[in-house]
Amino acid sequence: MSAPVIELQSVSKMFRSADGHTRTVLDNVDFSLREGEVVALLGQSGSGKSTLLRLMAGLVSADSGAVRYRGQPLHAPARGISMVFQSFALFPWLTVQKNVELGLEARGMPAAERQERAESVIALIGLAGFEGALPRELSGGMKQRVGIARALVTEPEVLLMDEAFSALDVLTGERLRDDVLELWGSGRLSTKAILVVSHNIEEAVMMADRVLVFGSDPGRVRSQLSVQLRRPRDAEDPDTRSLVDEVYMLMTAAARRPARAVVEASLAERLPAADVAQMDGVLELLAEAPFSGRADLPQLGEETELSDDALLPIAHALALLGLAQLEGGDLQLTGLGRRYVDGDHAHRQEIFGQQLLAHVPLAAHIHHSLQQEAGGELPDAPFLKLLQERLDEAEAQRVLQTVISWARHGEVFEYDFNTGRIALPRSDEPPDGGDAPAEGPR
Amino acid sequence: MQRVRQFLLRPSVEAGTNRWDWALLPVVLAGVVLLGWGASQMATPFQVGEPLPLSLDPVWLPYYLLRTSLRMFLALGASLVFSCVFAVLAAKSRAAEKVLVPLLDVLQSIPILGFLSITVTGFIALFPGNLLGVELAAIFAIFTSQAWNMAFSLYQSLRTVPAELQEAARVFQLSGWQRFWRLELPFAMPGLLWNMMMSMSGGWFFVVASEAISVSNQSIKLPGVGSYIALAIEQRSLAAVGWAIATMLAGILAYDQLLFRPLVAWADKFRFEESGGEDAPRSWLLAWLRRSTVADRAAGWFSRGLERSFTWFAPPHDGTSIRARPRMAAGRWQRAWDAAIAAVVMFAIARLFLFVHAEVGYAEVAHVFMLGFFTLLRVVVLIALAALVWVPVGVWIGLRPRWSGRLQAVAQFLAAFPANLLFPVVVVALVRFRLDPDIWLSPLMVFGTQWYILFNVIAGASSIPTELRFAARNLGLTGWLRWRRYLLPAIFPSFVTGAVTASGGSWNASIVSEYVSWGDTTLQARGLGSYIAHMTAIGDFPRIALGISVMCVFVMGLNHFLWRRLYRQAGERLHF
Repeated sequence: MSAPVIELQSVSKMFRSADGHTRTVLDNVDFSLREGEVVALLGQSGSGKSTLLRLMAGLVSADSGAVRYRGQPLHAPARGISMVFQSFALFPWLTVQKNVELGLEARGMPAAERQERAESVIALIGLAGFEGALPRELSGGMKQRVGIARALVTEPEVLLMDEAFSALDVLTGERLRDDVLELWGSGRLSTKAILVVSHNIEEAVMMADRVLVFGSDPGRVRSQLSVQLRRPRDAEDPDTRSLVDEVYMLMTAAARRPARAVVEASLAERLPAADVAQMDGVLELLAEAPFSGRADLPQLGEETELSDDALLPIAHALALLGLAQLEGGDLQLTGLGRRYVDGDHAHRQEIFGQQLLAHVPLAAHIHHSLQQEAGGELPDAPFLKLLQERLDEAEAQRVLQTVISWARHGEVFEYDFNTGRIALPRSDEPPDGGDAPAEGPR
Repeated sequence: MQRVRQFLLRPSVEAGTNRWDWALLPVVLAGVVLLGWGASQMATPFQVGEPLPLSLDPVWLPYYLLRTSLRMFLALGASLVFSCVFAVLAAKSRAAEKVLVPLLDVLQSIPILGFLSITVTGFIALFPGNLLGVELAAIFAIFTSQAWNMAFSLYQSLRTVPAELQEAARVFQLSGWQRFWRLELPFAMPGLLWNMMMSMSGGWFFVVASEAISVSNQSIKLPGVGSYIALAIEQRSLAAVGWAIATMLAGILAYDQLLFRPLVAWADKFRFEESGGEDAPRSWLLAWLRRSTVADRAAGWFSRGLERSFTWFAPPHDGTSIRARPRMAAGRWQRAWDAAIAAVVMFAIARLFLFVHAEVGYAEVAHVFMLGFFTLLRVVVLIALAALVWVPVGVWIGLRPRWSGRLQAVAQFLAAFPANLLFPVVVVALVRFRLDPDIWLSPLMVFGTQWYILFNVIAGASSIPTELRFAARNLGLTGWLRWRRYLLPAIFPSFVTGAVTASGGSWNASIVSEYVSWGDTTLQARGLGSYIAHMTAIGDFPRIALGISVMCVFVMGLNHFLWRRLYRQAGERLHF
């Protein structure tokens, strides 16, 4: 086995929330990035894969354990490690040339040499002629090319790519990915290893020699898969397809809920951020031909045109609510799910509400608390606080928003944005009357 | 050939001047000579008590304008340097931030004239026998009307540099110096420029007060437009006031055309939003400079020098060196610092009580707070009245794109115009018709500041998305419903921005507008502003301090309890 370039040894990372609670983002992670390999890191949002990447970039430091680069402890960003960002992170007031030169300028390289090296990398990445352009004149794909050129010009040993293609449209993303792979394969780069953080399963399989699936709460490597397909790879090749299926299976298996002893933990569960209308759409599609009740997730993704980071939460949410089942990378409609699809709007609402109260402890708890109030009304702040004890602020907000949008759909409780109060739906109101429903089914 | 060229100085070989250079040369030379001469006039011998020659003859006005604009320019430069130092310190060091940010919050609510009355003696003592001391006091007064909002804007920008850009700067190991010039300052540039323009408006407004200084019962009038106006008011010369207004308009116009417009056009590339679409601001001067090879070479020389300076600060060690290891935050030092701040605050509170007890008495404090309420009432009522007038007008203009661009510029211009020039007219009218100054002097407070409401509302209304306009028309929204559900929520955020500025400006203006004179007639409205102005006139130091502190309390209270909340609400709920 070749020598490790970056090594992580039992690394843990905690974040402290505003009210003093600590939350473990990474728990005891061991990982090494070796010479000559491309590793892809897959996981749901909030699973800590981004934190792991930033640890390896020297941008954040570990609370325990060691991060080593070429055997030496990594305290801060190092010269041999370069990074490509999701939102490109170009300096909008600098020309393409100056953006690419940035890292060289920081090293104190003379202007002439800087210019020469930047020009050659710009030509390599296919942007020759655009040296004088400002980033705002370029399309997304070209901007990311600049981002890659800027990372490569310093001749890094390690290239870290943080969701580098996810802000681009599918076609542009694939083309850029293939170009990077071609450069990597051609041996013209000084780069010895690449780490790709992604939520796109196909992208990971197409690029990587090794795929790591990350589990959340706390983040750790759940499973590893080595990809030994020959390059260049073909997305339609049966071997590739079966590997993609396998990764889907690993990803969905990761979501199966472990038995929990502590009630508090289940209240602050990280609910999948699934949109109600999209859940309805996926269920309907699932019920129809050609799937007629059971679908392979990658195929479903293609049919719905949803990306993996949108489809997987929906699948998880449906499984959580008992409307569908996840099995071996397939999504299967349950009997209840079938009745849900066949029902009319009121019927759907009823089923959804029942399932929500039965399977989502947070929703049940909010509903229970509201019932004890004379006015059936409570501010959202105490619930947010409860969530913040286990989740970080943004995540807590998101979970509360998710449960509110689900509850609105199931008519379990309502929420007034202006007052920030959660309330039971008024029973004297006819179910379809009143103001327009906030979250219609379609 | 290549060899020889390297030994010769570049310009002598590539004598590539063009006709734009020839056009530019005399202008630049004349400008330099004028500025140098104006500056040399600042440091002439002077003793307190010695009268400075000042004439109402309009022939002198160009010279006075030169002196005044030089002062304002120096003050602007000082504000810029101050802002950079302040913002970098406050944004980079948590210990400094704890002290600096509240300090600035207090400083910016201190009325500008307050600074002048407190500091002028010190400045004169600094340069005995020279006019420079008085000049510096005047420049300092202008500085205080310009610096705070610039510093705050820069600090805010430094705090809000997007996380990924900061990470990129760290990954590529930019030094602090390089990061400031490559990332932080460019990012802050549009906001900073906007605030510079606002500051300049404020500076013009207070130029009368800052040039005509009264110290130890003597009035010193520095040669300048402000002093000219003061003299004109003393001698009841309406013609001279007219001349001064014309001169000031010329000054404002010159600053706009020669400084701000080129800067704004140049800074357009620092816009962070990547969307194009809007018309890029243009400036004839910038276009001219860009065509000139000399200017081009100077810019190139400057940027190359800057780039070279980046290499001096490159960190010698890499991220794997022990020197890169982050130092643990020493909890003990932090606690010691907090304790020190607490001690200073306690000490200050104790001194304050002692001061009130010994110097002014509690009854006086209560009286001044009462006066503060009068002024508060005036500010609130007048802002409300101004809103009633200007919101409908602003919306009407804003919804008509053909008008909005031009009229917005006019409104901005009006805000820069020193409204106190018109005060004499009001005095004459009030005396003629025997009107109650308590009521009829009040409108003067918002005279100069109401325009902020107008041009912000215009801007807000003109940025209502077209689709929303169509939807409103389609739904047949009319009358009050149209205002309540569509127009008012749509312009609310920009209205709040305008009203905050207008309210701050009105407090400041109260000192000038509650105490107005024309020759030897002085009209006074009961309020905090006239209290401070009166105490300044008779030189009662403890009471000046008391008045200023109370005004400071009122302004900060209003900011915290009203404007900041409205601002937050606007940001959270009513946003496109």
